[in-house]
Amino acid sequence: MEKGTSPRPRSRNMRLTPGEYSRMVGRASPKSPLRRDVVWAFLVGGGICLLGEWLRKAFLAAGHTLGDAAALTSITLIGLSALCTALGWYQKLAAKAGAGTLVPITGFANAVVSQAIEFKVEGLVTGVGAKMFVIAGPVIVYGTMASWAWGLLYAALRAWG
Amino acid sequence: MDYVWAFLVGGAICAAGQVLMDLTGLTPARILTGYVVAGVVLSALGWYAPLAELAGAGASVPLLGFGHLLAQGARNAVDRIGWLGAFTGGLSAAAGGICASLVFGVLAALAARSRDQN
Repeated sequence: MEKGTSPRPRSRNMRLTPGEYSRMVGRASPKSPLRRDVVWAFLVGGGICLLGEWLRKAFLAAGHTLGDAAALTSITLIGLSALCTALGWYQKLAAKAGAGTLVPITGFANAVVSQAIEFKVEGLVTGVGAKMFVIAGPVIVYGTMASWAWGLLYAALRAWG
Repeated sequence: MDYVWAFLVGGAICAAGQVLMDLTGLTPARILTGYVVAGVVLSALGWYAPLAELAGAGASVPLLGFGHLLAQGARNAVDRIGWLGAFTGGLSAAAGGICASLVFGVLAALAARSRDQN
């Protein structure tokens, strides 16, 4: 075997310029976490909405009005979310899906139910009853305020418009 | 086709939330609150109803739809009973979802053992 074909000594291989090093890090790291997070959120969030649409169609087919079917869909999804939260499944999915499990109504239910379970140890009144509103409270407060403001504005527009 | 739109619109709303979370570091409570208030505003501007028409549950299941429900409730109640409707309409329309969350929350807490949820 000729001498020249032997591999270069390891020590020379390891001397990297900053540019080479950052390229190696780039190859070894997972692809843009933002892109991966967004794809997961899109698929899981879309999937939950797909399940919701299937439920809504089923309730409509059963003869419910548009408004009742929407309310029944929400209540069913909230019930499923509460069950999955109590079993510890929703949290596992949420670790991957992020906003995909947070933004649907199931995420709101998960926020209420997981707090209720976690703070059971502090009692039913100041534990469960109070702490379940840690995340849901602000949502209800500011949502209600915004709808109140819109209601008054709409009443004014109707009176003078 | 309804199912496709529900998946695409619902997925896109969630993906937008993920971008907000990753880029701004907003906490889940702020994201949810922001989405509900944004839903009220979009509904008041008249932009959300066409989306709900197109996407069905794709628009009503994300929390933007919860805001839309509140706003529509307030508006319809004002049509029926005047300015008093601004006080009664929003929560009445959203009562089903809120009541279900609270009731199932307490029932789950009674059934499950207290534990760290993270």
